[in-house]
Amino acid sequence: MSKVQKNSIVIKDLFKSYDGKANENVIQEINLEIPRGEFFILLGPSGCGKSTLLNIIAGFISKSGGDFFIQNKEVRGPGKERAMVFQQPDAALFPWLNVRENVEFGLKMQKVSKVERNSISDKYLRLVGLSDHEKKLPEELSGGMKQRVQLARVLANDPEILLMDEPFGALDAQTRRTIQQELIRIWTHTKKTIIFVTHDIQEAILLGQRIGIMSKGPGSFIEAIYDITLPYPRDITAPSFNDIYRKVQSHFEGNGMAENVVNF
Amino acid sequence: MRKFVKKQSRVNLEAVKFGLLSWFLVLIIWQIISLFSKPEFFPGPWQTLQGAIELIRDGTLQQYTLISYGRILTGWTLGSLIGIPIGLLMGKVRRVRLLLEPFVNFFRFIPALVFVTLFILWLGIGEQSKIALITYTTLFVVTLNTMAGVLAIDENKFRASRSMGATEGQIIWHVIIPATVPYIFNGIRLAMGNSFMAIVGAEMLAAKEGIGYLIWTSRLYLKTDWIFVGLITLGLMGFFMDKVLTNAGSLLLKKYGVKKADSTQRSMLQQAQ
Repeated sequence: MSKVQKNSIVIKDLFKSYDGKANENVIQEINLEIPRGEFFILLGPSGCGKSTLLNIIAGFISKSGGDFFIQNKEVRGPGKERAMVFQQPDAALFPWLNVRENVEFGLKMQKVSKVERNSISDKYLRLVGLSDHEKKLPEELSGGMKQRVQLARVLANDPEILLMDEPFGALDAQTRRTIQQELIRIWTHTKKTIIFVTHDIQEAILLGQRIGIMSKGPGSFIEAIYDITLPYPRDITAPSFNDIYRKVQSHFEGNGMAENVVNF
Repeated sequence: MRKFVKKQSRVNLEAVKFGLLSWFLVLIIWQIISLFSKPEFFPGPWQTLQGAIELIRDGTLQQYTLISYGRILTGWTLGSLIGIPIGLLMGKVRRVRLLLEPFVNFFRFIPALVFVTLFILWLGIGEQSKIALITYTTLFVVTLNTMAGVLAIDENKFRASRSMGATEGQIIWHVIIPATVPYIFNGIRLAMGNSFMAIVGAEMLAAKEGIGYLIWTSRLYLKTDWIFVGLITLGLMGFFMDKVLTNAGSLLLKKYGVKKADSTQRSMLQQAQ
């Protein structure tokens, strides 16, 4: 890229190791350029370090080496332009605040006025379809609803980049289908950059514009990057979808990773 | 055969009925045992009631109850006010925790009652020594429970807060404290129970008034019925205080996760720790 785009992500030769030993890298040789507004998937088997990479991008863990820039500025910690949606909503939502208060949390910390907070949370509660549940406490919500609260909370702070760590893994298949479609709708509407971690091939192809396939850990790296040019919304029964599915799946066969990856 | 699930009101009524039955049986067994014994050794329920009337008539029971309550509440409030911030600090700052933990773990095994002698030496046999004892026992329990609460907070809550732009100060006020409320509440509730146990010992050793004093000195007059009155009063005081605390807690702090009174078994188990 000749012109540096706003909030574009550039990662060069990034690696992470615990204990500082070279052959104990969790992830290595990570090279990624993610332009603004892209829906990027990190696909890989469990334990391959994709969550580690996402946490480094979020600024929650430090990298051991390599470069990580957002819009040409080196990243050293968490920032308001990157927001994470966690896999377990119970761990991240505040159980003593109701839905609306949770969604407004970031705004309240930024000292946004009550009136403005309310109008922003109204907008995002409507976007995720939870307007009728705004006074409920998280314990009164289903898993899918809790994830929608997380989504609304994160979007209310208007981050440019959304980081999602297997956010739909704990949901039942039906809820997952629905919320996947909603996510596409929200992404199309808000044009945010999304980096989405999953081990589900079908989910990856359903959602992503580009899929980075991570090898099996330890020392995992990005094996391949696939461009998915199918139009949205995507049909999982279409032959074109299945062609891509077969190609992607072939990465996971024969190296003992098949059992870690969810098959159709 | 279909099993019917009982309505909650039915369940509660059953609990009340059995509770009353239990007390009724206690009274009967008590009366029976006393018939086989001497009044100075094992007074029966009727005699105990007479003793209670004696003590109420000249105001002794009321006065002593209030005095004991006063000592407990003062010490407990002080201990909680000091213990909560220390607990929060120990939970949040690793170095403070590492520094204080061996200290705490050492003193944990010394029963608070043992400190009565020292407190009397340092503070005299007036109110201060007893309040100091209650403060000491409360401080321990509240600090440890508060610290445990902070340590139990999921890391992702901190991560989420930081990426939403919260400062460390805001995190303490808006995340740590609300998340720790149920643990703090548990701590002050346990501390209240411990305070009742400690006050008796303190008053038995060095006091001129109070329920513990009553229990201890009644033996000099062979007024065993007064001893029984003291014991029952103490039990009622503790029961009443605990009920007030748990009801207030579950009413005001419901959204923080403070639930209605746990079953007796659970609180007894915790008290033994």
